[in-house]
Order: sequence, then C-alpha cells, then structure tokens
Amino acid sequence: MQKSANVVIIGGGITGCATAYELAVRGVKDIVVIEKQYLSSGATGRCGAGVRQQWGTETNAILARDSVKRFEGMNEELEYDRDIEFKQGGYLMVSYTQNEWNQYKKNVAIQHSLGIPTKMITPQEAQEIVPHLNINGLIGATFCQSDGHANPFHVVDAYYKAASRLGVKFETYTSVTGITRENGKVTSVQTSKGDIAASIVINACGYAAGTICKMVGFELPLYPQRHQALVTEPVEPCQGPMVISLHHRLYCQQTPHGSFIMGVGDPNEPKDFNINSSWEFLEDVARQATTVLPLLKNLRVVRQWSGLYDMSPDANPILDEVPDAKGMWVAAGFSGHGFMVAPQTAVLLAQKILGQNCFMPIERFGLERFSGGELLLESAVV
Amino acid sequence: MQTKETIVCRCEDITLEEIKSLIDQGYRTIDEIKRVIRAGMGPCQGRTCRMLIAQELAKYYGIPVGEVLMPTFRPTVRPVKLGTFAGGE
Repeated sequence: MQKSANVVIIGGGITGCATAYELAVRGVKDIVVIEKQYLSSGATGRCGAGVRQQWGTETNAILARDSVKRFEGMNEELEYDRDIEFKQGGYLMVSYTQNEWNQYKKNVAIQHSLGIPTKMITPQEAQEIVPHLNINGLIGATFCQSDGHANPFHVVDAYYKAASRLGVKFETYTSVTGITRENGKVTSVQTSKGDIAASIVINACGYAAGTICKMVGFELPLYPQRHQALVTEPVEPCQGPMVISLHHRLYCQQTPHGSFIMGVGDPNEPKDFNINSSWEFLEDVARQATTVLPLLKNLRVVRQWSGLYDMSPDANPILDEVPDAKGMWVAAGFSGHGFMVAPQTAVLLAQKILGQNCFMPIERFGLERFSGGELLLESAVV
Repeated sequence: MQTKETIVCRCEDITLEEIKSLIDQGYRTIDEIKRVIRAGMGPCQGRTCRMLIAQELAKYYGIPVGEVLMPTFRPTVRPVKLGTFAGGE
C-alpha cells in the first residue's frame, strides 16, 4: 500500500465513497479509501433503501431534498454501467394518533418552506395511492411523490467506479489500527497493511466513528443501535410508495425488483454493536406490517438481516473537524438516514475541506450543538 | 464449458460468464458478487450458487475452496409467509 496520501477516507460506505468522488471531481489528487471489509458491508448495505425528503428538521430536509435531485441524474452523472434503480414512487407517511398528526403538520410546514411538495391527504386519498392500506383508525397521511427508493449497493458501486476513474484508490479488507497526531494535527493513519502519512483524514465509519475518534482521544456523542429488516419474494408491482407508520414503528416498500423490504424499530433495543438477527423481530414486523398492509400476509420472507444506526443525540448528522486533531473530519451520526442524504453530505464536506463556498452552513451540523448549542431534534425517525 | 449458457444462480438467472466477468473486474468475494448482481439473493438463498461461485474464486486466486470467505448465513432457512409469523395462520 502507498506510504502517503493527500486525503485518507476511513469507511467504504456511501458517505466515504461519495466524499471520495466529490473531492476527486474537484481536483484533489491522491485520495485513499480504507475499508475494513468490502464496500457497502456496513450500515449502507444494510439500510432500508429509502430516499425521502419528509423530515421534521430543516437540516435533514435540505440535505435530502438536494440529494433527491442528484439521485435523479446519478446514472448519467457517474456514467454508471448498471442502474441505481431510483424509483420515485413517493413516501406515504400514515398517522393513527392526534399527536403524530399534529407533528406531521409542523413537519409539512417546514417542508413547504423549503419547496418540498408534500401533500396532506385524507385516509380515502391515501387508500387510492395504496389500495391495500388499512385505513381503520387512520387520521390522515402525508405524501410526497418525488421521494422513493435507490439500490444502496449500486449507488456505492457507481460512486466507487466514478471515483476510481478519477484516480481514487480503494483499500478493502484493511483495518485502521491507530491515528497519529503532532501538535494537535493529524499526521498519519496506521492500518493492517502499513502506515499512510496524511494531513486530512475523513472519519466516515458510521457506527464505528466513535471507535476511530477514540484513537485521537475524542469522545464522539454517538451510539450504535441495531435495526433489523427483512425482504420478501418478488411479486408484480402493487405498491408505489414506501409506507411509514411511526405509530407502528414500521417502514415498508416494494423495490423495483418486486420484493418488499420492511423493518420495525424496537424501542427496547440496547445501545450495542450486536448485529445478529432475532426471531422476535420476525413476529414483531409481521404483526405490524400485516396490520397496516393486510394483503402482505401472503408474501413469503426470504431473508432477514440487521445493521446499526449511528445515533446522534438529535438524529441529525455530525459534520465537523475534531477538536485537538486538526485535519480529522467526522461525517457520522446519520441516525438511520445516511444513505438518502449522502450525495449532498459529500458535497458539503468537500466544499468545506477545500475552503469553497458551502451550499448550506455546515456549522449547523457542528459538534458545538452538543455542548450548550441548540440541538436540531428530529422527530421523524423510524 | 459454454459460459454464456451455464446458469450459476437459478433464482436470479445469473450465468457463469457474468460471474467470471465480475471476478475479472476485481470483485473478490461471494459477498461482493452477490451485492452487485443478486447471485444468492433469491428464494433458495444461494444453496446452489454459493459453492459454484466459491469454486470460481478459488480457481482465479489459486487458493483452496475452503479459504474462500463465506457470506453470512441468514434466516429464514426456507421462505415463510408473513401471515405465519404474525400468528394468523
């Protein structure tokens, strides 16, 4: 492996690969991406593959809104030889309680102020969009047609190939074992394949970002949380949008391949690195999904898996330079929605690192908000 | 062998030629190949193709099949209806 680089990116998920591309396309030479296993082996490849703009904080909503525009033209922009499978079937967020509905109204006001075309609709209108939706007890729903789905494996593959063509090197099956600082600045990264000297290091390790920060003596306010998902056999297209019911802790969508991907959040999930699949999850998600979408009871489950959310205290990302380790940047804390915001997260980070004008104030994602600043408190997380 | 006509993954209709092409492009493990082309993601969960792909990787890298990294074996063992898990049938 090479002995030095201009930029070392730790983490070969969507954030690391997209950031490598955005730096390279802005003219940065000599970038190395270090990945412990294979590309998209962490949270990216285990996510629910949803892309939505219906968020409850301006910060998440802006990143998601602008990322949707990038997904729309991604096959062409990255000259991808496959298809990222971007499907804009919308997101239907259904509400079964008055509290939830009140929150949705506030969220939609924020979305409208940013030009996100979310509609507030009646139960009957929701059923016209998803005919097999159970509307018993449904108060209303919000729907945004331009939300949807993209294939995380192919999006990472597309960024990987585009970045490679620009000269970025990818070192897979390589672990980071230490990071050296001198006079408060990062100087090199130690790996299982040798040391690389670098003055800019980007920590895009998702749930492992805390472990990497500890190597420079910094405690990142972030914790891992297991989320499980399953996929069914493929069937003919019958559900356009991703359906989210926060009340049932459920998300469920049909992919362009025809299979259904779904998951439920477990409020009792401990803060832990466990990624085993559990039997209890299958029963829980099956009950919730067949309550909200009864028709799905006939679908066969072919596989379940789990992954880790990198939870930040306010469910908004952390994009900042580490105090006392200048040159080391954190891009983590995406709290379960890093995939859908990655295209613009990567742009923002690249702009900041290169001293260019940022398309939105990156300071809003800074670490200071956890030490007396104002938290961004996102309400719309499954 | 007719690599264009030899099906390796029967669930997803993946040919030997497609697998060999990905290996030539540098996709190094069964996991990587699976994620790009869906080999092993169908209803049988790779029962047939997993070992066939392992053989191709072993040949390409000149290593014993036993040294090829296996993907995680995930539930369910066979496809089961959601209604069964929900307790409705």
